[in-house]
Amino acid sequence: MFGIDDWFRRLYDTSGINFTYLYDAYDRGRFLAGIVLTLELAAICIIASIVIGVVGAALHGSRFRVTNALVRGYVALFRNTPPLVQLFFFFFVLGGLLTFKTPYGTFQLSNFTWAAISLSVYYGSFNIENFRAGIESVPRTMVQAAEALGYRKGQIYLYVILPLAFRFSLPALGNTLVSLVKATSLAYAIAVPEVLYVSSEIWSDQLNVPEMMVTIMVFYVTLVSIMVYAIHRFEKRLRIPGYSAGR
Amino acid sequence: MTQHTVEHQHPLSARSSVPRGRLARTALTAGFVLSVIVVVTVPLYGAYAATGTSAGTLETLAKWAPLILLGFGLNLLMSFIAMGIGTVAGVGLGIAQVSQVSWVRRAAWAATEMFRNTPTLILLFMAMFLLPFELRFGDLVIALPPWLKAILGFSLSMMAYVSEIVRGGLQSIPTTQWEAAEALAFTRRDTLRLVIIPQCFKQMLPPWMNVYAIMIMSTPLASILGVHEGLTITRSAISAEGQPELLAPFYLFLLALFFVYSYPISLWTLRLERRYAIKH
Repeated sequence: MFGIDDWFRRLYDTSGINFTYLYDAYDRGRFLAGIVLTLELAAICIIASIVIGVVGAALHGSRFRVTNALVRGYVALFRNTPPLVQLFFFFFVLGGLLTFKTPYGTFQLSNFTWAAISLSVYYGSFNIENFRAGIESVPRTMVQAAEALGYRKGQIYLYVILPLAFRFSLPALGNTLVSLVKATSLAYAIAVPEVLYVSSEIWSDQLNVPEMMVTIMVFYVTLVSIMVYAIHRFEKRLRIPGYSAGR
Repeated sequence: MTQHTVEHQHPLSARSSVPRGRLARTALTAGFVLSVIVVVTVPLYGAYAATGTSAGTLETLAKWAPLILLGFGLNLLMSFIAMGIGTVAGVGLGIAQVSQVSWVRRAAWAATEMFRNTPTLILLFMAMFLLPFELRFGDLVIALPPWLKAILGFSLSMMAYVSEIVRGGLQSIPTTQWEAAEALAFTRRDTLRLVIIPQCFKQMLPPWMNVYAIMIMSTPLASILGVHEGLTITRSAISAEGQPELLAPFYLFLLALFFVYSYPISLWTLRLERRYAIKH
């Protein structure tokens, strides 16, 4: 890192443009830790929200009216209220209720955990709709063909509907996941030391707001571009000739 | 080829459905009506009740409700203005994205991608920190209070989303329409104005409304930067009262406000989506 260190130190001395994390080991350490935490949070939320989406879509399609009503209520409520207020509700209200003393010390979920729960639950409600729409766009003729071939109900679901539905819901799922990754920055509000939070620490210490702003923007744009590319590749790979995502 | 076209989805968007099951529909309607009742009666009660005499939770909430409502008004105001600016700028940027001049097209694309892929919160931070607190043009001094800066930050996000919708809409019109207009000696401008835009307007309306839904859901972000909107006032009220048991009712009241405003819009969006859907 010899050359880079020196170059950016000189840049600061000569022009005042101060990318501290490129020459200062302490700043670099916390900035990288922030990036790692953002990636962790994003990964956990992606997995959890997909699980919620799959389970929710299954419950949505079930014969029981109560589960159906519950899932619809959940989707309507969470999609029509602001994620930040939800995050505060989870963290301050539920977090407060879930804090109690045990013989071994105070039991409390961390800020990170609450951010992960809140974002997963919010984007889970989107994924339920994504998967449900995917299931609905499977042509009826496919199901009828499977019936004619003697498939049982469960088999039809597992071997015919789900593989197609997954492909159909991929574009919408991709959009949701992109929004999710961007929304991990909300965790800043409850002091989770993700990339925005550590950047704010750095710019408070070093007074290099514009440099840090540019850096975070580049970080997010890069991250999202990589994701979009990966999702696009995945879509292409799963594509069935003759079926262009249900459209 | 499927592109990453973000019809940034929101409330009951895309191909989601209006509740079909009777139980679900009844429950949702009941929940909505209940929220409306809460949102309307609690501030009224607060306006009538003598303030500060009793210490019941409901009384305390009622006491603060008018102020929270006022804060929510700022949320709505910010959403209207930012959406207006975002739409005007976004339409321009979207048309620039299909420009025949290649550098214009590329610049518009780059701007769209940059602002679309950056979290709104970060754009807000940029607007807060990188804009001066007032603008001077000679003698003319325009003050830039935090809420105005927040609006500018939101506008950047909305501009990029609208730009993408406009690009998608314009490109969804079959090329034969462009060619026919060209054959009839329409200028590029007239082709857009008289042939293309009228055809894709309807189709762009539902995604535009989805963007508005994202907008209204983003407004509480301004609270992080100290704008006195609904969430900020709710939090101040809770800390002023200093009673932890007030947390749940206060936050639920605020959530109910947003729900009451947003749910009808999302149902309406859905209806438009159905009506304007292009059947294949």
